[in-house]
Amino acid sequence: MVPLSYYLVLSGFLFACGVTGFLIKRNIITIFMSIELMLNGVNLSFVAFAAHWHALAGQVFVFFVMVVAAAEAAVGLAIIIAVYRTRETLNVDQVNLLKL
Amino acid sequence: MSVHLVLFLAFGAVCVAGAINLLAQTHPINSALSLIAVMAALAGEYLLLGAEFVAAVQVIVYAGAIMVLFVFTIMLLNAGVEERTQGSRVAVLFGIPGMLLGSVLMAWVFLRHSGTEAVAAGALPGAPKTIGPLLFHEFLLPFEITSILILIAIMGAVVLASKPPTSPASGPARRVD
Repeated sequence: MVPLSYYLVLSGFLFACGVTGFLIKRNIITIFMSIELMLNGVNLSFVAFAAHWHALAGQVFVFFVMVVAAAEAAVGLAIIIAVYRTRETLNVDQVNLLKL
Repeated sequence: MSVHLVLFLAFGAVCVAGAINLLAQTHPINSALSLIAVMAALAGEYLLLGAEFVAAVQVIVYAGAIMVLFVFTIMLLNAGVEERTQGSRVAVLFGIPGMLLGSVLMAWVFLRHSGTEAVAAGALPGAPKTIGPLLFHEFLLPFEITSILILIAIMGAVVLASKPPTSPASGPARRVD
């Protein structure tokens, strides 16, 4: 038997790691992976609360979050490829112009 | 210490180690591989919570499909070691202590104020047989909307990642109509 708070602590830690990676990383792909890490942390708390409250809808929401994450990853990586094609860099510090 | 707690701690340790490794590595492919480890360990946590369907989808969609997309992009763009800049040093200076502070604060709040209600192993069986009716009856409209979302995402990805039309003057441009 594991207390609910343990799951929440793990989920919060994963989310904090994601936020930190989003802030300190300079490679645009790694920043994107940090967002996925945040989504995973949120998913864990969804499933933990679903088990705690005996509400199966929480697991369905995790499914929807995964679908949205998949769509986001497809579009986001396509944007990264487009950015790389025009700027020839993946460093976000050098991507600072809206228009070339 | 029950077996459940031992398994939770084992998977949680892999999660934490992978998340920290994602931050510590400078090459994106190393970060991607540690993120795959985090996702696989999270699938174990979902199994402990009884969410079998979610665990399977986590491995197939997240650790499988999405991360393959990431690794594919990293290899396609030939991403190298990231260079540190002035802004990123400031972010490290404030980001790491901020993360530690936030984590400790969250852990303190959760451990002190959320009680100690235990979640039994497999408390809520989330087999596909029980998820399916919920998904196709109660959540039918969101389900259909996500299918439209995926369709738009496919089209958006194709439009964004396809080569921009080159002008006919510059070399042998192959136009796709």
